[in-house]
Amino acid sequence: MIRLSIPARQALSKLTLPVLVIAAFGLMLLGKADTILAERVRMALNDSLGPIYSVLAEPLGAMRKAVDDVGDMWDLRAENAKLREQNEYLRRWQSIALALDAENTRLKASLHWIPDPTANYVTARVVADAGGVYARAALLEIGPNHSVKKGEIALDERGLVGRVTEVGSRTARVLLITDLNSRIPVIMETSRARAILVGTNGPRPRLLYWPEGVQPQEGERIVTSAEANAFPANLPIGTVAHTVNGVPEVQPFALLNRLEVVRIFDYGMGGVTAPEAERPTPGRH
Amino acid sequence: MALRDRSPGIRPRETLGGRLDHAARAGFPATCTILLMLATQAPFGIAGQAVMLPAIALACVWFWSLFRPAAMPPVAVFGIGVLLDLLGYMPLGVSVLVLLVAHGIARRWRRFLGQQGFAMTWLAFAPVAAGASLVSWVLVVALTLRLMPAGIAIFQAVLTAAFYPVLAIPLAWAHRAVPEAEAI
Repeated sequence: MIRLSIPARQALSKLTLPVLVIAAFGLMLLGKADTILAERVRMALNDSLGPIYSVLAEPLGAMRKAVDDVGDMWDLRAENAKLREQNEYLRRWQSIALALDAENTRLKASLHWIPDPTANYVTARVVADAGGVYARAALLEIGPNHSVKKGEIALDERGLVGRVTEVGSRTARVLLITDLNSRIPVIMETSRARAILVGTNGPRPRLLYWPEGVQPQEGERIVTSAEANAFPANLPIGTVAHTVNGVPEVQPFALLNRLEVVRIFDYGMGGVTAPEAERPTPGRH
Repeated sequence: MALRDRSPGIRPRETLGGRLDHAARAGFPATCTILLMLATQAPFGIAGQAVMLPAIALACVWFWSLFRPAAMPPVAVFGIGVLLDLLGYMPLGVSVLVLLVAHGIARRWRRFLGQQGFAMTWLAFAPVAAGASLVSWVLVVALTLRLMPAGIAIFQAVLTAAFYPVLAIPLAWAHRAVPEAEAI
């Protein structure tokens, strides 16, 4: 160890803070110049923390459920009556849906319709929030031998959740449709008009750029559009809900703030991928 | 004052156990800060959980910089800042800068605040928390070139300031329970 005189040591200890502040600015420049570096370090960190959080997820989930159950006990009767009514309603719809499905199959058969390719999917547990304060994302534990790639599409049991943006060796990050950077081409189901769904970091993304003469109707279903080759057509996203100022927003079907398990679909879409994903990486195995 | 200074003279070489004990005591503040930060990332499913991470990191750095600055040196603050940037998905360097500035302020005010009661340290922490979330917001907007909603920054400032007592009470207890390495 180098022995320094006391005044020299004092001067050095006074200098540490300013030097580190300058280093912080240097880090900002570095992060701006090389965005992939931060992403790699983050995914490496996530890969090492992911298993811990995934072990914790089960008991914590059970605890949350137990707390919810206590709340549910109070209105069990009312809930039961509501469910019975809903069941009746859904039974009527089921018969309609079955009839329509049969008719659809018949019509497709007589038209020689080219069937949509069936997509492969894997199911993964959401282990942590991966958005921080200024983003909306989820971290998935996908196991060591996965085949998940960037740009694949995440859905929960109700609707669209988002897209895979970063993949590590055993975890993946999904950018939610509510994130500020999310832009999704959509179709309004009744008017068949196209629009763009823009995330705002709030709970409901906003509808923008619909064609003139069409107005998004309250309660209208919004589904994905195959335009730009980023999403397959007709994945359910949500319903239109206007704010008090009349701005059309979309209430997502997916329970984005209570995600537990999502399915990641590989539709083989390559329309919009990040530049670094397309760049060939020679020498890296 | 340190016991060692009160009894000068030649002492036997410190044992391995003693050195480990000193290292553990010196490393305690930074370690407990990092563990608390990792704990906030666990899937509790609480709304607004993401804001807990910067709140806890800032409160811990503030507390330990005030009451045990030798065990929370600027280098440790830098490391905690990098971890905060990585875990919190902030642009690299933003939290590092914010935490270093908070650490500098705590050091500057240490002599004065050390003699005041808990209420005073909390009162001094509130504007620091507000400034920290404002600076983070401005830097994030500048670095991502995107106007972020300001509501979340205000929420972060309020939550950080309000959460401080919840964290400071167990930390003060730990501060008393695990005495400084030099004091033994």
